[in-house]
Amino acid sequence: MTAPATATPTARRPTAPPEQPRARTFALTLVVLAVLLVASMTAGMAVGSVRVPPGEVWGIVTHALGGDWSEPTWSRARETIVLDVRAPRVLLGAVTGAGLAVVGTAMQALVRNPLAEPYLLGVSSGASLGAVAVIVFGVSLFGPLSLSVAAFAGALLTLLLVYTTARSGGRITSVRLVLSGVAFASVLTAVMDVLLLTSDRGNEARAVLAWTLGGLGGVQWATLWLPGAALALGIGVLLVQARSLNLLVAGEEAATTMGLDVARFRARTFVLLSLVTGVLVAAAGPIGFVGLMLPHIVRLFVGGDHRRVLPTAALGGAVFLIWADIAARTVAAPMEIPVGVLTALCGGPFFLWLMRRDARRKTDRGVA
Amino acid sequence: MTGTELAVEGVTLTAGAHRLVRDVSLTARPGEMIGLVGPNGSGKSSLLRAVYRVLRPEAGQVRVDGADAWSMPVRHLARTVAAVVQEAGADFDLTVREVVAMGRTPHKRLLDGDTAEDRLLIESALTSVDAAELADRPFDRLSGGERQRVLIARALAQRPALLVLDEPTNHLDIRHQLDVLGILRRMPATVLVALHDLNLAAHYCDRLYVLCDGEVVAAGPPAEVLTPALLNDVYGVTAEVTVHARTGAPQVTFLPDEAARPALA
Repeated sequence: MTAPATATPTARRPTAPPEQPRARTFALTLVVLAVLLVASMTAGMAVGSVRVPPGEVWGIVTHALGGDWSEPTWSRARETIVLDVRAPRVLLGAVTGAGLAVVGTAMQALVRNPLAEPYLLGVSSGASLGAVAVIVFGVSLFGPLSLSVAAFAGALLTLLLVYTTARSGGRITSVRLVLSGVAFASVLTAVMDVLLLTSDRGNEARAVLAWTLGGLGGVQWATLWLPGAALALGIGVLLVQARSLNLLVAGEEAATTMGLDVARFRARTFVLLSLVTGVLVAAAGPIGFVGLMLPHIVRLFVGGDHRRVLPTAALGGAVFLIWADIAARTVAAPMEIPVGVLTALCGGPFFLWLMRRDARRKTDRGVA
Repeated sequence: MTGTELAVEGVTLTAGAHRLVRDVSLTARPGEMIGLVGPNGSGKSSLLRAVYRVLRPEAGQVRVDGADAWSMPVRHLARTVAAVVQEAGADFDLTVREVVAMGRTPHKRLLDGDTAEDRLLIESALTSVDAAELADRPFDRLSGGERQRVLIARALAQRPALLVLDEPTNHLDIRHQLDVLGILRRMPATVLVALHDLNLAAHYCDRLYVLCDGEVVAAGPPAEVLTPALLNDVYGVTAEVTVHARTGAPQVTFLPDEAARPALA
């Protein structure tokens, strides 16, 4: 009745297979992306109204880092441009891109939906509203951290609302998830607009309105540590729990049978993702679609195992946002386009492609 | 590893105001293969969910090797109990091998990598469900039957002492149905399996529990449980039960209404 292949698991002794080929692709991808990241950061510091040759960028950076082997051959003005204006901006771009990509990756696993992303789910809007409320009402309960704390609270509240609304009978459909995300985002954005328009601080409102489109300009060294710390915390915790994210992809019941306390894990991770999103939105405004695109592109190269997807998506997100910002600064120079507008320009079509691909896969398999 | 003891004691399960299972008791001795049969909606899946810790009993206890399954950490239980559930996962570009590798998770600490032993267990689990050649294929692209075999391999990779399966032969052609049940039969573990096909259940299981409207209406060796009277009571069908001449197992033949049969040419 049965072929010999169905002998008991212990009776046969197949030799352990070698490491998967994907492991090698993964290592290679990381190296390539790391090189790209360094190149992109260099480009980010070289390009602008004042062009600084890459060699000089390196000279200035190594000099500032204490590598004193080169005699300064550049002007003081150029040093200021590279070190005080462009370097923090490029770093914030890298940190934000990496953070959004990582948050998107984890969110997609957590709600088991390929369309999940902080911006599409309205989480970024919630964070924005929190931050705007702090600015308009002039609250400063937590000192300089007030903005980030309020953004975090807004993000967490929105995430919980959207999740509860989209979930019914233990299942979340793509349609319901995206629709509730869009609905909450519209309401939150409307409230934010009312706050801004009725605020008696007219000049500030204009600045805030620009910020709500997402932008990396005007960042200073003194405020950079917070997004950096949030990113480090986010990546660190998620990498440690990468196996749990994998389990969730298998389904909630299946994850439970493989030892994951789903409810507790989800609650903790929701808080973490809201924290990272909140801090990033407070620093750079709501920048959309990075968290949607990067995980999917990365999975094409390294597969779906989160132990590989997370670090790769982080590096990819950093590279992507640095280039998006370079484009934002140069395409309409001397005017500057908010970087969030550019990411939406790439992300919208990507979203549509993703939706069609998923529908196609489902019909291929005969699932309604 | 020869399996562990399972004791379900007076378990009642509810969903809101709706009662799914009432005061059900069930035991499985180490190494036994226990079949759970009954009509759709009789509470089979619910009872299994209480065993693999997804649906908390309103009353009663689930004991695995003497310990209350619901008062230990989930991870702890997952080292002893594995399950094949009826739930669709999401599409996330995982290969078959990566899906099976998930089964090793309860035996891993947070930052452990996959060892050579893990890879060996994964490979032999795949081999034992005749799916070794699928290892590098994307899980999303498999047929229903292939998916089912891979999910069983994942449960095997977990090296459970008790394996719980909710209709594992769904979507399988007859050859793979026999193969899968044969694997379960030879597993060095206790097996609790919900099945629709009474003849397969009779052939492979040591004992059967028959559920109807959330209650156990019969339990015991297949030959004692599967009687025309019981089948009529539980399923509302007319059936003949004979002992098969070659297998020695009870053989159920359903007798549909005369009018429903196609006329013989």
